[in-house]
Amino acid sequence: MSTLVFLEHHGSSIQKGSLGVLSKAAALDPDTSAVIIGSGLGDLAQIAGAHGAKTVYLADDASVAAPLPQPRVDIIAALVQDKGIENVLFGASVLASDIAGGLSARLDAGLNWDLGDLVMDGGDLVGKRSALGDTILVDVGWTGTPRLGLVRAGSFEPAQNGGAPAVESIPVSVQDFSTKATITGQDQEEASGPSIDEADILVTAGRGIGTPDAFPMFEDLASAMGGAVATTRAVVDSGWYPYSTQIGQTGKVVAPKLYIGFGVSGAIQHKVGMQSSQTIVAINKDPNAPIFDFSDMAVVGDLNTIVPELSKLVKERKGS
Amino acid sequence: MKIAVCVKEVPDPGPSRRIDPGTKRMDRSGDRSLNAYDLNAVEEALRMKEAAGEGEVVLVSMGAPKALDSIRKALGMGADRAVLVSDDAAAGSDLVATSKVLAAAISAESPDVVLFGQQATDGDGAVMWAAVAERLQMPVVSQISELTVDGGKIQAKRQTEFGYDHIEAPLPVVLAVSDALNEPRFSSLKGIMAAKKKPQDVKSLADIGLDASQVGEPGSRTTVADLNPPPSRGDTLKIEDDGSAAQQILDFLVERKLV
Repeated sequence: MSTLVFLEHHGSSIQKGSLGVLSKAAALDPDTSAVIIGSGLGDLAQIAGAHGAKTVYLADDASVAAPLPQPRVDIIAALVQDKGIENVLFGASVLASDIAGGLSARLDAGLNWDLGDLVMDGGDLVGKRSALGDTILVDVGWTGTPRLGLVRAGSFEPAQNGGAPAVESIPVSVQDFSTKATITGQDQEEASGPSIDEADILVTAGRGIGTPDAFPMFEDLASAMGGAVATTRAVVDSGWYPYSTQIGQTGKVVAPKLYIGFGVSGAIQHKVGMQSSQTIVAINKDPNAPIFDFSDMAVVGDLNTIVPELSKLVKERKGS
Repeated sequence: MKIAVCVKEVPDPGPSRRIDPGTKRMDRSGDRSLNAYDLNAVEEALRMKEAAGEGEVVLVSMGAPKALDSIRKALGMGADRAVLVSDDAAAGSDLVATSKVLAAAISAESPDVVLFGQQATDGDGAVMWAAVAERLQMPVVSQISELTVDGGKIQAKRQTEFGYDHIEAPLPVVLAVSDALNEPRFSSLKGIMAAKKKPQDVKSLADIGLDASQVGEPGSRTTVADLNPPPSRGDTLKIEDDGSAAQQILDFLVERKLV
């Protein structure tokens, strides 16, 4: 078997999620390689080697500096065909998902997503996937090669079980249509206020709070509890609160001791970012909110009365 | 301006949703509706048409003939017509096979813009647009939270793990929009009545130039081998607020030594 892992990098570091996939792949398949695509890749190949890549393929060219999927489809498709690679694995992300989807169509190759685990079953690769809002665990497979897989964020921890890799430069040759989309600017705000990665308690406000005017109420509760305010994508995209507070697939993956969600529906892209929280409490006026299915305490009620009351009670208790 | 919007009928979210243990496919016999995320794509298409002052919004879908019941909701919002590829041979199609069908149906329409919602609530893959764009050989932009169309090109703001990218691409283009991009309009009663009379073409695979070997199980590249219950989180304490919810939450947190 031969396995290729797409390593996504940002600046001078490789995303933890893709390194986790690489370490897992190397444990399953001794013939595991990695591909890194961008400009000025420097020492990234050594990091890939340390995490289990026997060979690291580098497409290092200014023309592919921007993190866009379609040129990466061209490069990876050529590499897979040239080397006869059987498995291509990705840590799920905005970029990786778009590459995997394009590659699937380009190579007519099966793509399984949301994989929480990968196992070998008698020489066959099997993916373990939670489906339907994690109400069922599905074993998925592929009818042929190459097999493509997107691994859910946070499924595998990176492990430094590798060594010095063989490094090979690969050609950057792209299709006309792949270069039509261009990045004209980027806003990458840095976090301000308490970081949600590090807080033990996260008071999370979702779209159901209805108005950005509600945030002082949540800040007050978070402060009383000694935690931080976190949000969902809908809140951030609406411009109600900074991006640095967003939990989810395109935000941060967190695992606090306590997650309290107000007006959070529990859509899958949010869930993958917080399901490892030790205790989950959800308050929502909709009794059918999906978040209730994976909460330790589910409260059907109006957050506008519960939040101030809870703040008051917490302060009284802490004051006593 | 011609805009194609890919929409999908999905099983209603909730406990009745299941995968058939026999066929290992989604059970589509229960209550169904239009994928909620698709409404944002339909809304955006209608706004594009309104901003351009002319054009056509065409819904493109694959599914059983009865999927038209759900698709009419988007016609009621104001989409002009629907194309549904419906063929028994297409049942059980995975990403590879479904993207072939959608690309063939879209290609026949020659749209300027192809729109997708951010994911389907049954498959949750959020990859279809990339596969369709590849087959159509068009640029693709996903996770869009702001969008403008002007002078034969689009400007989009895409959210990623690192913040926002501003992306420009010429038409024709494939776009996947976030559900925060807009607030979908409701279908008015008048709209719903008008929807029944709007063109709703049901096409076979042959109509779009495909044959049975390219779709369904023969055309798919993935399999479902086994179904199991998920690992349990333990019991959920469920309450309805009777005025004491805040106190009950505090008691729960104190018991777990979290306050």
